[in-house]
Amino acid sequence: MIASLLIGAISLATVFLFGCVGEIITEKSGHLNLGIPGIMCVGTAGGCLGASVYMGALNGATPSYPILFLFSSLTTFTFSAAVGAIYAFLTVSLKCNQNITGLAITIFGTGLTQFMMDNVIDRSQLFAASSVLKQGLPFAENLGWFGNVFLSHGVLVYLAIAIAVAASLFLNKTKAGLNLRAIGENPAAADAVGINVTNYKFAAILTGSGIAGFGGYFYIIDYIGGSWENASTIEALGWMSIALVIFTLWRPALSIVGSILFAALYILAAKLPGFVSGITFTFTSVLKLFPYIITIIVLIITSIFGSKNVQPPQALGLPYFREER
Amino acid sequence: MDKPVAIELKNISKYFFGKVIANKNIDMTLYKGEILALLGENGSGKTTLMNMISGIYSPDEGHILVNGEEVSIRSPRDAFRYKIGMIHQHFKLVEVFTAAQNIVLGTKEGGRYSLKAINARVADISAKYGFEIDPQKKIYDMSVSEKQTVEIIKVLYRGADILILDEPTAVLTPQETEKLFDILRKMKEDGKSIIIITHKLNEVLAISDRVSILRKGEYVGTVITAETNTKELTEMMVGKKVDLKIDRPKTEYDRPLLEIRDLTINSDDGSKAIDNISFYIRGGEILGVAGIAGCGQKELCEAIAGLRKIVSGQIIHKGESLIGLSAKQISEKGVSMSFIPEDRLGMGLAPSFSITDNMMLKNYGDSRGIFVDRNAARARASALIEKLEIVTPSTETPVRRLSGGNVQKVLVGREIESGPNVIVTAYPVRGLDINSSYVIYDILNEEKVKGTGILFIGEDLDVMLALCDKIMVICHGKVMGIVHAEKTDKEELGLMMTGSLDLTEEKKEKRLGIAKDSNLTEEEWIEGAQKEADNG
Repeated sequence: MIASLLIGAISLATVFLFGCVGEIITEKSGHLNLGIPGIMCVGTAGGCLGASVYMGALNGATPSYPILFLFSSLTTFTFSAAVGAIYAFLTVSLKCNQNITGLAITIFGTGLTQFMMDNVIDRSQLFAASSVLKQGLPFAENLGWFGNVFLSHGVLVYLAIAIAVAASLFLNKTKAGLNLRAIGENPAAADAVGINVTNYKFAAILTGSGIAGFGGYFYIIDYIGGSWENASTIEALGWMSIALVIFTLWRPALSIVGSILFAALYILAAKLPGFVSGITFTFTSVLKLFPYIITIIVLIITSIFGSKNVQPPQALGLPYFREER
Repeated sequence: MDKPVAIELKNISKYFFGKVIANKNIDMTLYKGEILALLGENGSGKTTLMNMISGIYSPDEGHILVNGEEVSIRSPRDAFRYKIGMIHQHFKLVEVFTAAQNIVLGTKEGGRYSLKAINARVADISAKYGFEIDPQKKIYDMSVSEKQTVEIIKVLYRGADILILDEPTAVLTPQETEKLFDILRKMKEDGKSIIIITHKLNEVLAISDRVSILRKGEYVGTVITAETNTKELTEMMVGKKVDLKIDRPKTEYDRPLLEIRDLTINSDDGSKAIDNISFYIRGGEILGVAGIAGCGQKELCEAIAGLRKIVSGQIIHKGESLIGLSAKQISEKGVSMSFIPEDRLGMGLAPSFSITDNMMLKNYGDSRGIFVDRNAARARASALIEKLEIVTPSTETPVRRLSGGNVQKVLVGREIESGPNVIVTAYPVRGLDINSSYVIYDILNEEKVKGTGILFIGEDLDVMLALCDKIMVICHGKVMGIVHAEKTDKEELGLMMTGSLDLTEEKKEKRLGIAKDSNLTEEEWIEGAQKEADNG
C-alpha cells in the first residue's frame, strides 16, 4: 500500500511542482500571480491541442514518443506563456493591481479551457497520446520496488524535477538569478544599479507561466490518462500549488519534497476509505484540508520565529514606477 | 578658473505630472577633483536634479555635458558608463542580501559570480579609502552607517569618478560624519569629483570647495566656500534675511503636567528599551531628550502615547495615571505624540490620502451622524497650508506627492492643531531645511508660551541647547542625567550620550527626575506602584 501511495504521490506531485516552481519564479520578480490556476488550465488546453493535432495527423501510423513530447510541450508552453504575457502587460506595463488581474486571468483561463476542450480539441486522441507519454524508463521493471516507485513515471515527471533543480541553481548561483531576486526584494535598488527591471519581470512572468502550464497538461495527459471532466479540477490543483509556494518558503528545491507531501495527503484523503473500514466522509474532508492547514502553520511559524531569510520577496505585489516618489 | 570640467549642466528643466516645476533652467558646473555642496530648501529640486544626472529621471529640457561631451543619460546603467554614481538618501539596498551581493548586483562579469574575487576587490577599495566592512554581513544586520558604506563601495566598485551623495549625514552621528568626511577628502585627493547635498551649513563649510544654491527649483548661484559664511548661504537659499537665533522664551507656568517614575519598557525583541527612568515635564517648558539613535526614544514615545505596553513604572498626567488607557483616550486627555521616523512617512500619515483626509484621521469621530465633515477638514487643511507655508498644489494632493519637509509640516501641524497640553515630538525637523525647521521651532515655542509641556526628542545638539529648557540624556535606555540647557555644553552631553559620564550617580541625593511639587503625594506614588505590582 505504501509503495502504491508513493507512486501516486510522486505522480500527482508533478502537477503541484510545475505550478509551484512557475509561481516561485514569478514571485521572485515581485509579482504575485493569482492567475496561475487559470494558466495551468490554459496549458492543459495548449498541450492537449498539440497532442491531438499530432495524433490526428498520423492517420493510424505509430506515434513517435519524442515528437509527441516535444510538440505538445511546445504548445503547452506557448499557450500558457501567452496568457502570462497578458498578465505581465497588465501588471508590469500598465501597473494594474496584481491580485485583481490574477483572479481575472484565472476566471478567463478556466473558461477558455473548458470551451477549447469541449469544442476545439479532438479529445478521443488523448487516450492514445497518454499511453505513449506515460511510458516509464524501459529498465524500471527490473529494479523491483525502487524501479516501480521512482523510475516507472512518464517523462514529464522527470522534467518537473529537472526544472525545479535548475530553477534553484539559477536563483542561487547565477548573476541573473541574483538580479531577479533583487528585483523582487527592492526594484528601486536593482534599477539604481542598472538592471533592466521591466525586461526581467516580463521574462520571469512568461517563463513562470510557461512552466506552470505543464502542471495542468500533465494532470490530463498522464495522471488521469487522457480523460476529461472539467477545468475546475485543474483550477483547484492550481490553488494548492500557490499554497505550496508559501509552504516551501519560495525555494524550488524544497518544493520537490513539499509537492510530494501535498500529493500524498491529497491521495490519502481519496483512497483511505478503500483501505480502512469505518472512515467517515467528514474524516476524509478534514484530511483534504491538511495541505492548507499546514501551510497556515508554516506561515505562523515563519512570522513568529522566522528570520528575514524565510520571508516572501519584500516588494511582492507592489508595482514599480521609477519616477514615483 | 580653468580646471577641467567633470559635469556641466545647461538649461536643465524638469516638470512632474506635466505642470509641477521641479527644476527650471539650471546651469551648474562640477570641476574635476573638487567637492561641490548643493544647498537648497526642501522641495527646491536638489534631489530631482541629481536624479537626472544619475539616470533615475530624465530631463524635459536642457543638456548634460560629461567631460565636455554632450551625453544622454537615460538609465542608471548609462550613468555608470559615464562613471557617475549616486548614493541615495534612502538606501537602495536589498535587505536580505549580503554586502558583497549588493555590491556585485547588476555588474556584467560572467554568468556566475565568484565571492573570492568580489571580496578581494572590496578589500582593495576599503584599504584605499579607509572603509571598514564585512562583505559577508547581511544588510538587515547593519547599522545605518554600515549601510551607507556599502552604498559608497557599490559605486566605487563600478569605477565611478563622479560621486553624488544625497544628504549622507542626515542619519549619522557626529563621529560617523567626521569619518565620512575623511573618506571624502581621500577620494578628492584621488581625483574624484564629488557633489554632496546637505542641509547642515556647518558641514557645507567644513567639507566643500564650492557651494551651489537652488531655490524653488531655480539656480541661484555658486560661491567659493572659503569666501562665504553661514549667513550669506542662508540668505541665498531662503531668498531673504533670516535670523539664525533660536528663541527660548521665558515662561511662568510651573506645575508638572506629565510625571514619569521608574518606567521600564521592553523593545520588540524583548530586551529592555527603557530601563527604570524617571522624569517630569512642567507646563511651559521644553524638555529635550538626547541620545544616540535607537536608545529607546521610539519606545518611550510609544509608551506615553499608549501604543506600547510598559513593563513597570508609572505615567501620571495631571495627577491621573495614563497606564491602561487606549491611545484615543490618552489623546483626548490632550497628550499628543508625533514621531518622525527615518523614512518620514512611516508613522501618523496615510501617504495616499490628501492633506484634508489626513487632517480628518485624527478627529473624524467628532462629527455627528454617519457622514464625515469634509468641508470643515478642508478649511483646516487650507489654514494649515497657509500658516506653515506648505508647498502643495492643493488640499487634495496625496501627501506622498509632497516633498519630505512639507509632509512633516502636515504631521506636526495636525498634532498641534488639536490643542494638546502635552506634546511629545520626536525628530520634528528631521531632514528639514533651515526655514522649515525655524517654522517648527516657532510653533513649539508658541505652544510652550501657551503653557503646553513639550518633550522634544532631537538629533542636533546645537538646536537642543538653544531651544530646550532642560535636556535629559539617555544611553541604552538609562538616564545619564537631566541638565539645564543653559548650564551645559556639547562636550558634556556627548560624554553622557556615550555613557562615559553618569550624573545620576554623582547627584544621587538630589533625586533627579522627581518633582518637588508633584501632583501626587509620596504616599500616593507608593500606593500607585503597589497597585501596579498587584496588577502585573
